[in-house]
Amino acid sequence: MSYMKALKCRECGKEYPKEALHVCELCFGPLEVAYEYEKIKGVLTREVIEKRAPNMWRYKELLPIDGEPTVGAQVGYTPLVKADNLAKALGVKEIYIKNDAVNYPTLSFKDRVVSVALSRARELGFKIAACASTGNLANSVAANAAAAGMESFVFIPSDLEQTKIVGTLVYGGTVVGIKGTYDEVNRLCSEIAGKYGWAFVNINIRPYYAEGSKTFGYEIAEQLGWKLPQNIVVPMAGGSLITKIHKAFKELSILGFVGPVTTKVFGAQAAGCSPIINAVKEGTELIRPVNKPNTIAKSLAIGNPADGYYSAKVMRESGGWGENVTDEEIIDSMKLLAETEGIFAETAGGVTLGSARKLIDSGRISRDESIVVCVTGNGLKTQEALAGKINPPTIINARLQEFDDLVKAGGKEYAVRA
Amino acid sequence: MSIKVRIPTPLRKLTNGSDEVSATGRNVGEIIEDLEKAYPGLKERICEGDGKLRRFVNIYLNDEDIRFKNNLETELKENDELSIIPAIAGGAA
Ligand SMILES: Cc1ncc(COP(=O)(O)O)c(C=O)c1O
Ligand SMILES: [Zn+2]
Repeated sequence: MSYMKALKCRECGKEYPKEALHVCELCFGPLEVAYEYEKIKGVLTREVIEKRAPNMWRYKELLPIDGEPTVGAQVGYTPLVKADNLAKALGVKEIYIKNDAVNYPTLSFKDRVVSVALSRARELGFKIAACASTGNLANSVAANAAAAGMESFVFIPSDLEQTKIVGTLVYGGTVVGIKGTYDEVNRLCSEIAGKYGWAFVNINIRPYYAEGSKTFGYEIAEQLGWKLPQNIVVPMAGGSLITKIHKAFKELSILGFVGPVTTKVFGAQAAGCSPIINAVKEGTELIRPVNKPNTIAKSLAIGNPADGYYSAKVMRESGGWGENVTDEEIIDSMKLLAETEGIFAETAGGVTLGSARKLIDSGRISRDESIVVCVTGNGLKTQEALAGKINPPTIINARLQEFDDLVKAGGKEYAVRA
Repeated sequence: MSIKVRIPTPLRKLTNGSDEVSATGRNVGEIIEDLEKAYPGLKERICEGDGKLRRFVNIYLNDEDIRFKNNLETELKENDELSIIPAIAGGAA
């Protein structure tokens, strides 16, 4: 049973059939999935959701597939960690980490969007999955396509982190490294999508794909006991996740599962690639593309963000704001999160926490309101960013005396047994 | 002055299949009015009812987005070239 009504142009409202379409032929605006909320209200309650298995499909009535999911049945329902050590370090009352660094199967929130995209692509009869990616999407498309028995073509900038490349190749699909920026990869992929007719999850399947990000927001609300946070800080690349988290909150409110949406939504980018943050700070609706992104947060290095306009609008209209951080600040926050909460986030997580800290320090986020920081990817995938930034292990011979000397040199006293 | 204008695939039905046409005007807005005369219906596809450029349509003047120049009032010189480019590529190619 599907509650998906149609695809609808976000700009002019023209409706389209639920096919592999993504651009309005009238005004060139992006298409979005429209649902029949009245009908959903009749079947979905908080109790129904709570009884279901702990994965993102517990909200399936709000996701754009006609039947049951056939790809990524185990994805989602990652921990929402109440981060009290971090709260103390930052001098705030209540802060949470939504931890998609441990999302199944490829350790980023992208498994959410990919399981929706590929489940829908199969319903539409596609046999070949593809994407343009900054790394995490590449991992997820390759893995989920393999599990679903689909052929895959993954296109990435050739200078990505080694782990993200290996973590794509291992699944056996075709991986193409393009000499150029993500934006150049994306432009090429639009042409390939038009010519070859494959399911490019973030191009021709984008309206369905993007809806998968809503589950990140549903889970936060449910895990807070069906409450919305007062502040949420979200990393942005193309700007889709941030708009869909806000959409998720609004939908839960429409369904009566939470009260009115008053959450302030904050976006985070790296200083070396901040097209959306620049627009927010300058108070303009125009997103000026960044031609040559330069940041260790490669997963966020999109210079011409497809949803830039809408994400800036969400920040503005929710009473939020945006912030950006240098490479130094990214690493500092990756370490802070690891040292206080035992969570190893990728560079994008350093961007998000680093931006949250600046927003708290500047008073944009109040110290006594609840804050959710979105960690969307795993630090094991961006290890080279830390090269030379953390102390190497101390190497000694396997002799007790050498260890004793080490302890002595450290200058801290430890009790020893006689 | 006569200016060359590149037309994207989805609008070529209106230009009888041409991917490049000529139009006259002193600024981008005048070019659009002139195009509308030659190819009725074209203006509605790229401009809102109030005449503003649609949000997901870009017009480039020699590789520079006119939104970062003077928008529809951007003035044109001899040998300038305009390209109309949808922000989101695709549709049925
Ligand atoms: C780890 C991580 N976080 C956040 C994002 C941002 O997603 P969006 O493009 O929806 O803004 C990405 C996108 O690639 C990502 O890889
Ligand atoms: Zn439209």
